[in-house]
Amino acid sequence: MGNVIELAEATKRYDEVDAPALGPLTLAVAEGEALAIVGPSGSGKSTLLNLIAGLDKPTVGTVSVGGERIDNLGESALARFRRDRIGMVFQFFNLLDDLTVLDNVLLPAQLAGAPRRASAQRAAELLDTLGIAKHSRAYPGRLSGGERQRVAVARALINRPALLLADEPTGALDSASGQEVRELLLDLHRGGQTIVLVTHDLALAEACASRMIRLVDGMVAEDRSCGRTAHTYADAQPVKAAVKAAVNAAAMAAVGSAQNPDVAR
Amino acid sequence: MSRRSNPTDQGTTPRRGSAMGRVVRSGVARRRVQAIVMGVAAMVAVTAMIVAGSLMIAASAPFDHAFAQQHGPHVIAQIDESKAGAAQITATGRLAGVTGTAGPYRTVTLNPLDSNGNKMGTLTMVGRSTAGGALDDLTLDSGHWATEPGEVVLSTDFENGPFALGAKLSSSDSAGATALTIVGFARSVSQSAEGWLAPAQVDAFRAAGAPGTVQMMYRFASAGTTAQINADREELGAALPTGALLGAQSYLDTRLAADESSAAQVPFITAIGALGLLMSVIIVASVVSGAVGASLRRIGILKSIGFTPGQVVRAYVAQALIPTAVGAAAGVLLGNALVLPLLHDAQQAFGTGALSVTWWVSPVAPLAVLSLVALSALAPALRAGRLRTVDVIATGRTPRGGRGQRAHGVSPARRAWGGIAARLPLPRPVTLGLAAPFARPVRTAGMLAAVVFGTMAATFAVGLTSSLSAIGVAESPGSGVAVIVDTGGHGLMTMQHPKGSGAVSVKVTSETIARVGSVVAAQSGTASSYGMAITESTAQGVSGAVRTTLYQGDSSLTATELVAGHWLTGPGQVVLPTHFLQSSGKRIGDALTLTVRGESVSLRIVGEAFAPANGGMNVFAELSDFSAVRPAIQVELYGVTLKPGVSAQEYAAPLNTALEPLGAQVIPGGNGGAHASITMLEAMAGLLTLMLVVVAGLGVLNAVVLDTRERVRDLGVCKALGMTPRQTIAQVLASVAGLGVVGGIIGVPAGVALHVFVMPIVGQAAGTGLTTPMLSVYQLGELGLLGLGGVTIALLGAMAPAGWAAKVRTAVALRTE
Repeated sequence: MGNVIELAEATKRYDEVDAPALGPLTLAVAEGEALAIVGPSGSGKSTLLNLIAGLDKPTVGTVSVGGERIDNLGESALARFRRDRIGMVFQFFNLLDDLTVLDNVLLPAQLAGAPRRASAQRAAELLDTLGIAKHSRAYPGRLSGGERQRVAVARALINRPALLLADEPTGALDSASGQEVRELLLDLHRGGQTIVLVTHDLALAEACASRMIRLVDGMVAEDRSCGRTAHTYADAQPVKAAVKAAVNAAAMAAVGSAQNPDVAR
Repeated sequence: MSRRSNPTDQGTTPRRGSAMGRVVRSGVARRRVQAIVMGVAAMVAVTAMIVAGSLMIAASAPFDHAFAQQHGPHVIAQIDESKAGAAQITATGRLAGVTGTAGPYRTVTLNPLDSNGNKMGTLTMVGRSTAGGALDDLTLDSGHWATEPGEVVLSTDFENGPFALGAKLSSSDSAGATALTIVGFARSVSQSAEGWLAPAQVDAFRAAGAPGTVQMMYRFASAGTTAQINADREELGAALPTGALLGAQSYLDTRLAADESSAAQVPFITAIGALGLLMSVIIVASVVSGAVGASLRRIGILKSIGFTPGQVVRAYVAQALIPTAVGAAAGVLLGNALVLPLLHDAQQAFGTGALSVTWWVSPVAPLAVLSLVALSALAPALRAGRLRTVDVIATGRTPRGGRGQRAHGVSPARRAWGGIAARLPLPRPVTLGLAAPFARPVRTAGMLAAVVFGTMAATFAVGLTSSLSAIGVAESPGSGVAVIVDTGGHGLMTMQHPKGSGAVSVKVTSETIARVGSVVAAQSGTASSYGMAITESTAQGVSGAVRTTLYQGDSSLTATELVAGHWLTGPGQVVLPTHFLQSSGKRIGDALTLTVRGESVSLRIVGEAFAPANGGMNVFAELSDFSAVRPAIQVELYGVTLKPGVSAQEYAAPLNTALEPLGAQVIPGGNGGAHASITMLEAMAGLLTLMLVVVAGLGVLNAVVLDTRERVRDLGVCKALGMTPRQTIAQVLASVAGLGVVGGIIGVPAGVALHVFVMPIVGQAAGTGLTTPMLSVYQLGELGLLGLGGVTIALLGAMAPAGWAAKVRTAVALRTE
C-alpha cells in the first residue's frame, strides 16, 4: 500500500527567534493506517495536523497528501484539496448551529458542487449508519455531545475523503459520549479508513490507532506501533456489521478519488 | 477618562491607576475598523450638520442677515443738488428720528458700452472713496476699490459674461467717451448702485454735462413698517426745498424682492438638511451601540477581574468617544471648507452680501454629535454593566456554549427562511449568505435602515436635481431664442435694472421699431420671430401696478411653462401666474379686465403660468389687444430663432449693420445660463447625497465587520470543510445582497414619496404652482437604477469585510473564541 501522507524535513516556525514549533520532521503515513499523535501542550501536535490539513504551510520542507504536494498550493486550490481529500473532526464539533443536522452533513458536498440527489442519498446513509438519522431535521444545539460528534464525523465522511483528521475528538465529551466516538473511530479504522488522530488521551490512542508518535518540542520522541491494544479493545467491542460495510465502501471510494481527484467533484 | 488616555503612554511601563486608560486605549486599538467607522461616521455627521445648518440659517433670512452685516440704510434718497445746498442736505442727518446717515455721495447716470461694444443700459454710478462706510458697508467680492479716475467697481450682478476684472468699459457711445477699467466687484444688499467710481471721476463726468444727483442714506429710529418708512420719507421731503427729494428707496421693498427670490430655496435646503441630520444621527447611534454590544465578552472579562459596573460604563463610553472626537474635529474642518463655496453660491442666489458660517454652528455640531455618541454608547454599556459577569462571558462567547443554547431556540422565521434559502437553486455559499440576516434581526434592521436611507436620499436628490433643472429651464423662458434684437424702445438692460430710461443717439419712433420688425423677419437665416413689450397695468381684484408683458407674433417661443391651461393662441387671451390667480380669486376661463394707460380691455384667462418672478404678479397678453394705447407701448425687443445650421454670430453681424440706422442692436445668445441658486442647490444636494450614501455604506460596513468577526469561527469551519476564498466572498456579499434589494424596494418609493411631499411645499413657498415636468421627474429606468443603488451600497459596504473573511487564516479562525 502507498503512503497517503508524506512529510519531508517539514519545519514550522512562527518567528525567527524561537526554536521551531515543529520539526524538521520526516514522516510517512500509509494508506489504511490509523496514526495517533500524542504529546504535551505546545509540543506541535496541532501544528502537524494543520500542515497535513493544508490549514498551514511549512516554513521549510514539503508536505504531500495522496501523492500531491500541498505546501505550494494557493488558497483556492487548498480549499478544493480539503473538500476532496480530507475530512476533519474537531474537539468542539464545529457544527454550524443555524443549520440542521442534515444541512451540516451536506455542506462539504454542496461546497464541492456535488449532485444534489447523490449527496442526499449519501448523507442519509451516513446518518443512518452512525445512528443519528432520527435527528436529521434537528439543530445541533438539541443533541448530546456524542451525537454532535457523530454528526461531525458524518460531515467529515460525506465527500469520501482519503484521509480523516481528528483533533481531540473526545476532548469535549463526557466519558459515555467519549466511548461512543472511540468505537466509531475504531470501526472506521477497521473499515480501512486512513486516520490521523491528535489527542492527549493515551487510552484513546492505544484503543483506536495502529501507530502512535509522541511529539516533544516539535520533534518525534517516540514512534511505535500500537495495534495490539486495538485488537484487544476491538475483541471486547464487536463492530457492527453495517458500520463496517459503510466505512469499507467509503474507503474504497476514497482510494479511487485519491487516484483520480476528479471523481469527487 | 479621556484625559488619562494619552496615546503616547501606549507600550510604556504600566502606571498605577491607569488601568481604565489602558483598557480604553487597547479597546480602541484592537477594534481599529470599528474605530475608523465610528470616526468617519462622526466626521460625516458633523460635516453634514455644519453644511446643512449653516445653509439653513443663511437661507432662513438671507436679506436680514446681510442687511445687518452691511449696516444697510432704511432709506436711500436721491436729492437734486441744484435745488438743495450741501448744508441743507447735511442738515437732514440731524432730523428727529434719524439715527444714522451716510453720504452725500455724488452720482452720475451713464449709458456705457461693454468691452464688446454692447450697450449696458442706463447705470447709476456713485462716487465713493471707500467701500466701507457708516451705512451700506459694501462687500468687495473681488479686485480692489476704485481710487483713481478711470477705474470702476461694478455690482456683483455683472460678475459674469464680458464683465471680468481688467475688462474695459466705455462711458458712452460718443466719440469723447472715457475708458473705465473694471477693478473690482462689490455687493450692496441695499442695491444702492450699479457701480461705483472714484469721486473725482464722478465730478469729471458731471463737469462734462452728464446728468446726476446726490445719494444720501438714512437709518431711522422707527422703520419697521411701510407706514413708518413713508412717514420718514415725508419728514425728509419736508426738510428739503420743494422738489429736491427726487426719490427715496425703502429697504422694505428691496427686502421683499430679495426674499421672493430666496423663498423657494428654503424648503429644499431644509428638506435636504433635515435628511442629512437624521441620517447622521441614525448611523452614529447604530454604529456606536453596535460597537459596544459587540464587546460584551471583553466587558465580562473586565468585570471578572474586578472592574465595577460604573468603570465598565465609563470605559466603553470613553472608547466610543475617542474615535468620534477625532472624527468630529475633522468634520468641523471639512464642514467649514465645504460650506464656504456653497455659501458663496448662496450669496449669488440670494443676491445678498457676504454670508459666513454662523459662528456657533462649528462648536455646536461636534458637541451635539459627541453627546449623541455618549448617549448611544451609554444604553448598551449600562446594560453590559448591569449584567451578571458569568452571563456576559457566556453571551460574548458566541461560537460555542452560548450558541448551543441559542440554537435550541432558532426562531421559526429563521428556520423557515434558512430552509427556503438552502433549497434555492443557487450555489450553497450564496444560500448560506442569504439566510444570514435572520441570525441578527436587530443588526439586520440597522443595516436595512442604512440602505433604505441611502437609497431614499439618492432617489430624492436625483428627483430634486431634475425638478431644479426643470425650474431653471422654466425660469428662463425663451432659451430657444438664439438672437435678441434690442429695438431701443426701452433698452434691454432696463429689464434687469429697472431704473432710468434709455437714451440713444438715433431717434427711435414707432415707425423705426416697426421697420426693425420687418428687417428682422426678412433677414436671411430667420426662422421665426416675435416682438415683446413690457409695461405696467392695473387689474381688477389686485392692488397696485402689475408688470405686463405683451407679445406680437408667435410668442410660443418664449412661453413660460404652464401649470394648467394653454399659452396665448390669439387676441383676447391672457395668461396669469399662480400667485396672481390666487390673489385675484380668478380661475382659468374667467374674464379679467386689464387697464393699460387708461385703456381697459377685457380678456379671457386661458392659462396658469409658472412665473414666480416679481412675486408672481405678471400678466402675459397679446400686444394687439392694446392697439388703442399704441404708440405709447412699443416693442422693446424681438426674439429670433434661426434656421438650422445658422450660427448666431454669423447672423448677427449683417443684421447689426442693417439695424444701426434704426437705433436697434443685435444681442446674440439670447437667454440661458443656469441660475446661481439652482447651481447651489444642485451642488448642495449632490454633496449631501454623496455623504449620505457614504455613511450608509459605512453603516453596512460596520454591521458586516461585526457580523464577520462574530462568525469568524463559522467561516473558519466552512473554510476547513473546503470553502474557497471566492466562495467565502460570495457568502458574505450574499448576506447583504438580499438586504440591498429590500432596501432598494423600500428606499426608492420612499425617496419618490419625499419628493412628492416636498415639491408642493416648495411651490407654495415660492407662491407658484409647479408644472408637470417639475413634478413628474422620475423615469422608470431611472428608478430601476436607483433600486440597484441599494444593492450597490450594501455590496460596497460589505466588500472590505468579505475580503477580510476570505483572507483570514483558517487555522486562526478556528482558534478564535
